[in-house]
Amino acid sequence: MLELRTVTAGYDRRAPVFRDVSLSVAPGEAVGLLGPSGCGKSTLARVAALLHRPDAGALVLDGTPVRRWRHGAPRALRTAFGVVFQQARLSADPRLTLADLVAEPLRATGRRAQAADRVAELAATVGLTTDLLSRRPHEVSDGQLQRACLARALVLRPRWLVCDEMTAMLDASTTAALVRVVEDYRAGTGAGLLAVGHDRVLLDRWCDRTVEWASVVPTTRN
Amino acid sequence: MSMADVAAAGKTGTVWRSRSGDRRSTRTLRLRVCAALLTVTVLSVLLVPPLVQLDQQAVDLAAKLRAPGWAHPFGTDDVGRDLLLRCVYGLRVSLLVGVAAALTATVVGTAVGATAGALGGWVDRGVMRVVDALSSVPHLLMGIFIVAMFRPGVWPVVASVALTHWLSTARIVRAEVLSLRARPHIDAAVSGGASRWRVTVRHLLPGVLPQAALAAVLMVPHAMWHESALSFLGLGLPTHTASLGNLIQEARGSLLAGQWWPTLFPGLFIIVPTLAVAGLAGAWRERINPRSRSELML
Repeated sequence: MLELRTVTAGYDRRAPVFRDVSLSVAPGEAVGLLGPSGCGKSTLARVAALLHRPDAGALVLDGTPVRRWRHGAPRALRTAFGVVFQQARLSADPRLTLADLVAEPLRATGRRAQAADRVAELAATVGLTTDLLSRRPHEVSDGQLQRACLARALVLRPRWLVCDEMTAMLDASTTAALVRVVEDYRAGTGAGLLAVGHDRVLLDRWCDRTVEWASVVPTTRN
Repeated sequence: MSMADVAAAGKTGTVWRSRSGDRRSTRTLRLRVCAALLTVTVLSVLLVPPLVQLDQQAVDLAAKLRAPGWAHPFGTDDVGRDLLLRCVYGLRVSLLVGVAAALTATVVGTAVGATAGALGGWVDRGVMRVVDALSSVPHLLMGIFIVAMFRPGVWPVVASVALTHWLSTARIVRAEVLSLRARPHIDAAVSGGASRWRVTVRHLLPGVLPQAALAAVLMVPHAMWHESALSFLGLGLPTHTASLGNLIQEARGSLLAGQWWPTLFPGLFIIVPTLAVAGLAGAWRERINPRSRSELML
């Protein structure tokens, strides 16, 4: 169970982006978080993926409160989350080829030997051809790059997926393909999903449950 | 789209292309001139001393303070030593000091800046306050203090220049690391289980390397200038060593007597490599600009 309990977070303690937000995702459940731009849903996604320390509140993972974030969090806990960001171009290191990009988490966690097989397997899953794998991010389209970023998020077989506006910049067919990949992965592994977005139609069709930003923020404040 | 529109679009395209072509050709010309000057300088420094078996210290009092001519293209100094030879030997020492000091300063500055930027928090604040404090001391003064602690020689001068010039590189690298650190691809690396070390070495440092290399290249002439300044003040290299600073320092008296060549030529030997390096660095900066490169690629 992934629970955010009255989380307050932001980039300046005096002016947090949001206050007292509560949200939970059960294992195997797909939760869509729907909100207008600038409301703080991306920040919430980063808090949920242990990438941003909240100012107050708690993140409880399978009953254990998380106390440390980013590099402070144990590696096993960090890699339990697969994160896909909105802007593929910014979330890919411009120096790595797509194959290296997908293999990077395996190398970083000392599983270099598996890299070639796993990259080939995931490339087929997300629909990347072999010639694309040898290209660098600036030589492929946004959609192709986002496919590689999704493959990178899945490469360590995370228990939780956090998709922050994963498909916001993509066309309908790529969106459908990526959502299909995520759903196949979840069906195979039982991973939980927090999908953040502003497209109600997409989130309603994709997720088991869609929550409005307004419903996770207490009405008395903000 | 009407025919007029098509024609206008075509015309704009042509104009744009030719203008960019012009810019490119002047850039290439500048690049070639700078590269040629620098090559000549470096080759003369590397090849002349071993190939030309002339003694730069040979004194010929009968030929003292000769104006430039066939026998001595740059003239002679006040004890009749050939100035062309002295300048080449002087440049050799100055370049050695410049390159060694710039490399040391860049390595130290990059290490400090990357540590501060990558760790952030109180480490960053502490390190950068030390950098601020050191920067508040005039660096020539601090350089003089450092050389004064040792016997005159090449390495104290290198240390004096390097230890006072890593500060700006540290600032540049830290700022670059801070801006890179906030990008989603670093978040992705953290989430992918990368250690702090791996994030720094594999994702942050390659991103700041072009800036650090540029800073290093631009620091070479600056370090040469510093060597000259220290030697001019009599604090740098021992006076019998031909360095550009020493040559100018020795020639001060004769300048007042109307002999211009003993100061002019060593001065040119400082100015020409400086301009060549600055020109090359500028051209390189334009070339490595990832935006212009990605526009070409996409």
